[in-house]
Amino acid sequence: MRTPASEIAVTARRISKNYGAVEALRNLSLDFPRGQLTSLLGPSGCGKTTLLKIIAGLLEPTSGEVEVNGKAVTGPGPDRAFVFQDFALLPWANVLRNVAFGLELRGIARSEREAIAEGYIRNVGLAGFEASYPHELSGGMRQRVGLARALSVDAQVLLMDEPFSAVDEQTRRKFQEDLLSLVQREAKTFIFVTHSIEEAVYVSDQIAILLPRPSRVSEIIRPGGFRNKGADQIRRDPEYLDIVDEIWASLRRYVE
Amino acid sequence: MMPQRSLMLTLLSAGLVFGAWQIAGMIPVSYAFPTFLETMSALLRMVLDGTLFVAFGETLKPLLVGIAISAALGIGLGLWIGLSSWFDWLFSPIFIVMQAAPLAALIPLLVMVYGIGLTSKVFVVCIMAMPVIVLNTSGAVRNTPTPLKEMGRSFLGSERDIVLKIILPAASPIIFSGLRLGVSAGFIGAVLAELKITPTGVGDIISYSRSIADYPSMYAAIFSIIVLAVLFLNLLERLEDFLFEGNNRGYASDT
Amino acid sequence: MTIHGYRLPAMSSLVLWAVLWEIVGRSGLTFFIPPLSEVLQTLFQIIGTPAFQNALQETVVAFLAGILAAVAIGIPVGILMGKSRLVDEMLLPWVNMFLSAPLTALVPVLMVLFGFGMKSIVITTTLFAIWIIILNSRAGVKQIDRSLVEMARSFGASPLDAFYKVYFWAALPEILGGVRIGVIRGVKGVIIGQLLISVVGFGALFELYSSNFLMSHFWAVLLVLFAMAFALSELLAHLERRVSYYAAKR
Ligand SMILES: Nc1ncnc2c1ncn2[C@@H]1O[C@H](COP(=O)(O)OP(=O)(O)OP(=O)(O)O)[C@@H](O)[C@H]1O
Ligand SMILES: [Mg+2]
Repeated sequence: MRTPASEIAVTARRISKNYGAVEALRNLSLDFPRGQLTSLLGPSGCGKTTLLKIIAGLLEPTSGEVEVNGKAVTGPGPDRAFVFQDFALLPWANVLRNVAFGLELRGIARSEREAIAEGYIRNVGLAGFEASYPHELSGGMRQRVGLARALSVDAQVLLMDEPFSAVDEQTRRKFQEDLLSLVQREAKTFIFVTHSIEEAVYVSDQIAILLPRPSRVSEIIRPGGFRNKGADQIRRDPEYLDIVDEIWASLRRYVE
Repeated sequence: MMPQRSLMLTLLSAGLVFGAWQIAGMIPVSYAFPTFLETMSALLRMVLDGTLFVAFGETLKPLLVGIAISAALGIGLGLWIGLSSWFDWLFSPIFIVMQAAPLAALIPLLVMVYGIGLTSKVFVVCIMAMPVIVLNTSGAVRNTPTPLKEMGRSFLGSERDIVLKIILPAASPIIFSGLRLGVSAGFIGAVLAELKITPTGVGDIISYSRSIADYPSMYAAIFSIIVLAVLFLNLLERLEDFLFEGNNRGYASDT
Repeated sequence: MTIHGYRLPAMSSLVLWAVLWEIVGRSGLTFFIPPLSEVLQTLFQIIGTPAFQNALQETVVAFLAGILAAVAIGIPVGILMGKSRLVDEMLLPWVNMFLSAPLTALVPVLMVLFGFGMKSIVITTTLFAIWIIILNSRAGVKQIDRSLVEMARSFGASPLDAFYKVYFWAALPEILGGVRIGVIRGVKGVIIGQLLISVVGFGALFELYSSNFLMSHFWAVLLVLFAMAFALSELLAHLERRVSYYAAKR
């Protein structure tokens, strides 16, 4: 099921990032295979968000470069879409406008963008809420809006910064299952930041473990064997449990 | 039942205050202190013969012109200050000082420069109303939630789009309340101008009836302008609540 | 604002504006704006004169008396409103009303009731300052954590103790915030009072200077006034920050 290693959608090469005196990333290199989901996992403050924003083109690296489909990143582009941790919805706009907002900024005509948005609203299970406002939605529903907005611009690369951290545990599990089928359905490359080892192992094709500042990739893990087993089998799979233990073993010394 | 209790108490306390006013006027505590009923009948007379409305028109003229100018200029400037650190550095101190300073002291100067006509009065309203409008606008623009701005950039919004579709709407509740505070300060300025520069409108009724010792009319005019200002500002506040209902609760970060 | 990585201090642009003032003044563009240097010279000349000293003293005394009254009445009334629902519901509409009312309209009433003097000006100052002090003290008391109140109760604090050792301190950041805004409003009040009753303090001085077209005298007084008002408000903001370090963590 794995795509060949040559099929790389995003490459980060020797990225360093300093915030004044704080060295957040040093010489970080990492490849993101096309059509797969790569998780960035690491202790808090190690620079996961920083890396993601550099890939998104929202931050400039102090040195090093990012390539998407062989082209160097100089700023935000139509090939990438961001799903924000705190959703970043417009409180004064209803669900329909929020989902269509990415297209609105790209100058797509209203009728067209709303038709597209409606499709994705249905996809993420929010049909019937088109006219609701963000404050009328639960956290989980808001994140679905953010997800639909990112999907509707049809970027090849989806960047997700702890997208499920602000929703409750049940919703979170549902989201993880949905994400798995999304990865399978859409031919997109996902880059996913998370704090949760279980979540990373559950949803990822590739897990990059980052060490604390200045941060590099310490290890790349490719859970694979259990991916085809179906959503509810995975959590019981021995390989899944082993990988979770292994990652915890290598991370725990940084938590003390 | 709850709103009834609160309404009852409001009526009760209004009754107590107006009653005390009536009694104090009947003693009388001062030759220049008419009773509540005398004042109200003077008010009724001014309402019926229309003088009050003519006076309001006069008083509101510099107020409205001044507020319009302050709003256009103040929001524009505030937007600029909030978006550019260079303008922030250059202009913010001026308005911070203006906010703290007793700007009324400029009135004698304004009269020297612009005479005693409408221009001076409009200026008085402007200097009173502008600082809070500018400071509110620039603060709100500066404090637009970063995730919203990043969202706009990551979806390829142009600078213009980000300002018009994200920053301005996000800032509008605070800009609006700046306007409301500006109107409140403008009222102070408008009345001050009429009392200090030349008596026109309500200021004229106040000054004239004081000079002929018609205290009920004087108190009625003062009462009416205060009620007018308070009602108008209340209306603005209602409008604000109505317009920006979802805005304050809608930021996802406050889940 | 940073230039070549060097951070310009806040308010430093005022220097630029001072230079601009000097240039405009020198250019003779308008009679009404004399050069800053001339204004400063005049300032040093008049600052020792009895007329100026007198005005300053009258203003400061009226201001302090007015603020003192506003604080002494406003804080207890606010705390009372925060604690008693009945008092709150009776007074709140009035407080809100006076907070946004054009109080300048009341000055003529004060003039006919209390005469053209100090007393009216003190009351004007109080009227400008008091409402926000009441409202903030009330808000301060209202936000006090219930568990803090119950803690005081459970340790058997007497009502007086509870007041001085818990309520007051728990509400202090808001109260101080109210006092700061009240003081700024009070400064405006005292000047407005003096302008309308123009026989005392700076009001009289302004009248004198403007009727004789003594522009640099006029600006000198404005400068002193604005500088003092600004310094006062910064000082209070500084004090407030020192106390409110715990405001967020109560
Ligand atoms: N704007 C900034 N200015 C200064 N330092 C920053 C800034 N943003 C991040 N940092 C620093 O860079 C480091 C990495 O931050 P980053 O937000 O990327 O971490 P993270 O891995 O996403 O953490 P978390 O898991 O808590 O979200 C942190 O130590 C932080 O202190
Ligand atoms: Mg992060």
